[in-house]
Amino acid sequence: MGKQTLEFEKPIIELEQKIDEMRKLSDQLDIADEIAKLESRVNELRTNVYSNLSRWQRVQLARHPERPYSLDYIGLMTTDFMELHGDRYFGDDHAVVGGLAKLGEETVMVIGQQKGRDTKSNIYRNFGMPNPEGYRKALRLMKLAEKFGKPVVTLLDTPGAYPGIEAEERGQAEAIARNLFEMAQLRVPIVVAIIGEGASGGALGLGVGDRILMLENAWYSVIAPESCSSILWRSWDYKEQAAEALKLTAEDLLRQKIVDRIIPEPLGGAHKDPNFAAQALKKALLEEITSLSKVKPDKLVDNRIAKFGAMGSYSGK
Amino acid sequence: MSWFKRSTKNIISSEKKDLPEGSWVKCEKCGEMLHKSQLEDNMWTCNKCDYHFRIGSKEYIEILIDRKTFKETDKSLRSNDPLKFVDTKSYKVRLAEVEKKTGLTDAIRTGTGEINGHKVVLGCMDFQFIGGSMGSVVGEKVARAVDRAVKLKLPLILISQSGGARMMEAAISLMQLAKTSARLTRLHKAGLPFISILTDPTTGGVTASFAMLGDFNIAEPGALIAFAGPRVVKQAVGKDLPEGFQKSEFLLDKGFVDMIVHRKELKGKMTQLLGLLES
Repeated sequence: MGKQTLEFEKPIIELEQKIDEMRKLSDQLDIADEIAKLESRVNELRTNVYSNLSRWQRVQLARHPERPYSLDYIGLMTTDFMELHGDRYFGDDHAVVGGLAKLGEETVMVIGQQKGRDTKSNIYRNFGMPNPEGYRKALRLMKLAEKFGKPVVTLLDTPGAYPGIEAEERGQAEAIARNLFEMAQLRVPIVVAIIGEGASGGALGLGVGDRILMLENAWYSVIAPESCSSILWRSWDYKEQAAEALKLTAEDLLRQKIVDRIIPEPLGGAHKDPNFAAQALKKALLEEITSLSKVKPDKLVDNRIAKFGAMGSYSGK
Repeated sequence: MSWFKRSTKNIISSEKKDLPEGSWVKCEKCGEMLHKSQLEDNMWTCNKCDYHFRIGSKEYIEILIDRKTFKETDKSLRSNDPLKFVDTKSYKVRLAEVEKKTGLTDAIRTGTGEINGHKVVLGCMDFQFIGGSMGSVVGEKVARAVDRAVKLKLPLILISQSGGARMMEAAISLMQLAKTSARLTRLHKAGLPFISILTDPTTGGVTASFAMLGDFNIAEPGALIAFAGPRVVKQAVGKDLPEGFQKSEFLLDKGFVDMIVHRKELKGKMTQLLGLLES
């Protein structure tokens, strides 16, 4: 069981604890019936809570400190991962990881935004907020993939591109823009998966692809609900409403035709059973790569530009 | 007669009296009082300190495009409010109000026109329209402007002025970054120039997409050009920002714009550049 509990999970945890206590007493007392009753109640509660999550609750799950991150998925889905470092201009951004790996029988270039799990690793990973070097490293690796005809898999999980002084000096906006431009015309298949937080341009900087997959409890939008609340409501207190208004869940985005496919997570979130989530993602990635590999590069690029070209909702001619 | 009486006539104050009220504007930078007609002659720049006042697409078209050559395109496009977005106000109401107030239909106007005889496709944003934010309509109009430039084999000029992607269309707005950038690859493939003119302010999603992708990035003096705005950066780093941070001159120094051009020289520079590319 997880050590970190979210507010809305508390009734479940309390019940689970009660069952544990009763189990300890069951040697002396005949309470098997009661335990069974409670267990069925907790199951019901779990299903009820997790299948009726509000959008804000999903955002919380996407940020759960035990949630699997890019390197966890890479470890669980691939073999022979060889990490490659540096953008060849300035440095190596630890908030973006990437390298060659075997996904099933297929060699792929896998690139992801990487968060840390504790204070130390979070400082090392800059809380998963890339600097321009991260986007430039990713682009360098994608160009390598193109050269060697290997498909690209990107994993999105960031609270945003880093809004720092040096990041601005080194062209955060240009780095993201360049990736959008170059990813649009990369001549190998690109499959994108939003695995946790997909915050704005910082996430999208690795997010242009032929197929966009999204984990069930991930979120993806133009802005985080808190920041949206602070700008539009001029207060930090409307994050729940902002999350609702932004329609940022996997289901929402599937409906908006921004995402092609939702990857199911175990009940309660990917951290409850990381391998379940990883295998579901692996299966989907392989299916998509197999079908995209049949498409000729020119057609692949045309389709990709058209795919994003179709996004938008307007009236008039 | 008082001893402190002015011995020479004050030119400005006497001039002031002859003009109706409300036709004077104070320079936001140096405080100089400028008459509107003078300001207009100066292309809305301060004749004392060169401060560039924020102007809209109507003014930029007048400044840049030869008279009577501008033909606006895709005028009928309007946002659909796809998410039925409501914050303190509904997006639908917000759109109707801003349209009524500004006479604009969204945050960009596009069309074709001539710059001293050079035919171009032009797009110009309007900050007045929900902070010049990019949603579906801006994305689609930019995409169509690219297509038109490719079809007509013309250079594309986009004048940016934007707070970023429009929150009220959420992820759909975010996707406009990818949509516009992806479409620009076609212009690139066709060997046609894309001139990006960055004006005050160009931030967020517009900077992180087409505005930074010019073959030529040209900024107006003193414009704020950024990914994250200065308030956000200051909050994130918890210290004071360097002098001139994220201004045009800073970006020139860091290597992200080709040149800074005074508004009064903009048309001349465009003519020169287009001439160099055509010959």
